[in-house]
Amino acid sequence: MGALLRAVIRRDLLLAWRRRSDVATVVLFFIIVVSLFPLGVGPEPDLLRKIAPGIIWVAALLACMLSLQHMFASDHADGALDQMLLAAAPLGMIVAARAFAHWLISGLPLVILSPILAIQFDLSPELSPVLTLSLLLGTPILTLIGAIGAALTLGLRGGGMLLALLVLPLYIPVLILGAGAVDAASAGLGADAHLLLLAAQLILTGTFAPWAVSAALRISAE
Amino acid sequence: MLEALQIEITRGNRKLFGNLSLELKPGTLLLVTGSNGSGKTSLLRALCGLLSPSSGEIRWHGENIRVLREDYWKNLLYIGHNNALKGELTTSENLAALCALSGVTAIAAQRKSALAQFGLADREHAPAKSLSQGQQRRTALARLPLCAALPVWVLDEPFAALDSAAISNLQATVSQHLGDGGVAVMTTHQDVPIAAPAIIALNLDQRTH
Repeated sequence: MGALLRAVIRRDLLLAWRRRSDVATVVLFFIIVVSLFPLGVGPEPDLLRKIAPGIIWVAALLACMLSLQHMFASDHADGALDQMLLAAAPLGMIVAARAFAHWLISGLPLVILSPILAIQFDLSPELSPVLTLSLLLGTPILTLIGAIGAALTLGLRGGGMLLALLVLPLYIPVLILGAGAVDAASAGLGADAHLLLLAAQLILTGTFAPWAVSAALRISAE
Repeated sequence: MLEALQIEITRGNRKLFGNLSLELKPGTLLLVTGSNGSGKTSLLRALCGLLSPSSGEIRWHGENIRVLREDYWKNLLYIGHNNALKGELTTSENLAALCALSGVTAIAAQRKSALAQFGLADREHAPAKSLSQGQQRRTALARLPLCAALPVWVLDEPFAALDSAAISNLQATVSQHLGDGGVAVMTTHQDVPIAAPAIIALNLDQRTH
């Protein structure tokens, strides 16, 4: 089964490499949305410092949304999804592998870029790692929850908008904990509690989301 | 090996066929014919386990395939009317990814010879999107020799878009598989003879009620 899952991840990464512009779109969207706020709000360091975690988190959330539609849509259209449904390994494992590959492509770049973007908001160097860590724990949750939405809206007309309506409310706890971690750290309370709760949520969604996605994908094939 | 017991298939509110029982012993070819919309593809998808029959059950060695799941699927090769190819990947990469899903490891040399067998000798590094319709179909069918070890082959319209050389090659590949004790299920509109130890011809037009 290990070879099968490695092949699934390899295929997705190879496809992402050949479709580099799709990946670049998501990353550029994230950079531009985050950069618009300092320009719009004006150069007021105290205010910018205060809103930084919230802005970066909301932008990461929207960027994740943007990439979700591609997660199963083309495989559904060209029949590759049927082959995954009939694979020799449990579908839940394949979904988990694909979610991991999807996160590497669309989530990890946001995590890596966040400390650089935080400079625009004059976020202090002590808080920047907290922000990065919260995104590192939070973006995989966004991918996993989003995968459920992407699977449920597969093949529907106007699925993109429906996906946003379905998934964004479910992102609220992640957003609160993620942005809250940085706020708590800046207030001197320590970010441990928030980060641990995020980690717990990651374990929970990592365990259950792949099976929910599998069930939704099976229904879409009926 | 593979049997269908009293299966009925409905799509939406329309009953396509009911009370269908089949038994495929090793070496059997099930040839499904019927007009468009008679439920050929639905029957094939049900035999794969992609679609659940509204009543009845499908069994693999006496056990329901809905229960067996992966234990059945690791014996199955399904090539639908979509080729499941990714345009950006080369034919060889596509084959590697598809075979891996079936649990089959095909090394580069094996993929090259499988492609050559289907007349794509020099195209193993060509992106799938640069190929013609017929060449894409042949790439998808090149999985057959690579997955020869899987006993159940389910092929939806395998002859569509193929030239005569590819058709005769496919005939030989399928009859060899049947001779080795596998089973095959295929739909077709063409009258293509395949040498097989046993053939079940099923015309769905005569079954609709």
